[in-house]
Amino acid sequence: MQKRSIVPIVYILFLMLPIYWLVAMSFKTTNEILSGFSLFPQTFTLDNYKTIFTDPSWYWGYINSILYVSINTVISIAVALPAAYAFSRYRFLGDKQLFFWLLTNRMAPAAVFALPFFQLYSAVELFDTHLAVALAHCLFNIPLAVWILEGFMGGVPKELDETAFVDGYSFPRFFATIFIPSIKAGVGVAAFFCFMFSWVELLLAKTLTAVAAKPIAATMTKTASSAGYELGLLAAAGTLTIIPGAIVIWFVRNYIAKGFAMGRV
Amino acid sequence: MKTENQKAWFFVLPVLALVAFNALIPMMTVVNYSVQETFGDNVFFWQGLDWFQQILRSDRFHAALGRQFLFTFLILIIEVPLGIAIALSMPRKGFWVPVCLVLMALPMLIPWNVVGAMWNIFTLPDIGLLGYFLNHVLGINYDMTQDPIAAWVTIVTMDVWHWTSLVVLLSYAGLVSIPDAYYQAAKIDGATNWAVFRFIQLPKMKTVLTIAILLRFMDSFNIYTEPFVLTGGGPGNSTTLLSIDLVKIALGQFDLGPAAAMSLIYFAITLLVSWLFYTLMTKDDLN
Repeated sequence: MQKRSIVPIVYILFLMLPIYWLVAMSFKTTNEILSGFSLFPQTFTLDNYKTIFTDPSWYWGYINSILYVSINTVISIAVALPAAYAFSRYRFLGDKQLFFWLLTNRMAPAAVFALPFFQLYSAVELFDTHLAVALAHCLFNIPLAVWILEGFMGGVPKELDETAFVDGYSFPRFFATIFIPSIKAGVGVAAFFCFMFSWVELLLAKTLTAVAAKPIAATMTKTASSAGYELGLLAAAGTLTIIPGAIVIWFVRNYIAKGFAMGRV
Repeated sequence: MKTENQKAWFFVLPVLALVAFNALIPMMTVVNYSVQETFGDNVFFWQGLDWFQQILRSDRFHAALGRQFLFTFLILIIEVPLGIAIALSMPRKGFWVPVCLVLMALPMLIPWNVVGAMWNIFTLPDIGLLGYFLNHVLGINYDMTQDPIAAWVTIVTMDVWHWTSLVVLLSYAGLVSIPDAYYQAAKIDGATNWAVFRFIQLPKMKTVLTIAILLRFMDSFNIYTEPFVLTGGGPGNSTTLLSIDLVKIALGQFDLGPAAAMSLIYFAITLLVSWLFYTLMTKDDLN
């Protein structure tokens, strides 16, 4: 047992090194970073963080990101729940084809579809709104949410549905008060994956926003090119993007591994 | 047993509407571009299949496609066995399980351009941790902005860093779902570790491994932001993967026609290979 644990430890060290480097840099001044190599910050500074928390163009980036990620998660889960129920309980015309088609939506090269996305969302007058990004991210999040939720629902015995109907429950009431609570963990996992993929995606988020809904990751790219190369500030902003993810992951840690194990293929 | 019920379509309708809105309309726009030529001012001329011919015959496309396949092949051949090995050696229960899982999932939660920027700084020869260590401690001449091989090593390492955890989490999920009885039976039969892996663990991981391989294939085949931020496709064209080349044509040169044709060919290849993986790996379950 002791010898075996070396592999995960070495792997985790490998994962932590670049992250350590980023965090260490965020406490250095840009001058110190550029002047040479140092393993720890020599002149420890919080200025980089101060800039981010006091400059609206920086902290609004975070608020925008969190807003559209939350809207996306809510929409994805809300529409994926009934669909996953249908896939898990019923057979209907074209169900298998539909399921595979949903999966294929992860495969379109986003890089080129970005331009048509821009035209589409400009045409419906949603350009530069949080809703636009939230809706666009549904493209790859809904299939994943359906996939995960269907797996969890498959684990709930069908007798539960039947008993509830015999007891005179209407379908909506059964679904909201009995069925959803019994797959709480699954909803948590699906929401986590929606959060994660929406949070890390940048290309579409950047294409569909200009000022009002600009994500933090886009703010970072812009600063890197216009204000020279403010490495310290960039590192601090990067470090702050890790924190929301880390918080969410801590809350769902017990369900992460389970999340995909129950998925169907 | 599932019940036959055509009304189930109504449950699927909202999903269908949302995904179709996002998938079909942009797709139609791209198809439209791929058969037309424009000289600006939104005036379009019918062009037929010329762009497709032009792309399929161009050396530039072949080179980018070759690099893309090489990249995806390397990613799968490294990440899948490595991920399985790490999952096998992880603890099954106790305090360390959630700690391991949280730490391992961390890289996946970092926005993709931050991943690229982070590795860019990390590998700078004189001021980055990895670059400094390789150049000044080990004395290896390593600079990914100059040397194509160093650039390749860097993008592959970055992807291994970023995504191996996905394979680990999935394999681990498959492993913990194996009942203890299987292991006890294997012990009584005197099975070797390899036999346990080959006949118990691997078959039980098959479903999740299918998902892992499919997701890794699709995502690595479409990878854009990270290598773009890291190397910008350089030095020269050595790390210009398919999607980077696509964006160069579409937004750099504004050749919308060829870019659209190229992305449709690209999409078709991704679809075909994913479908092959999907049918090959789920073949036994269909009966």
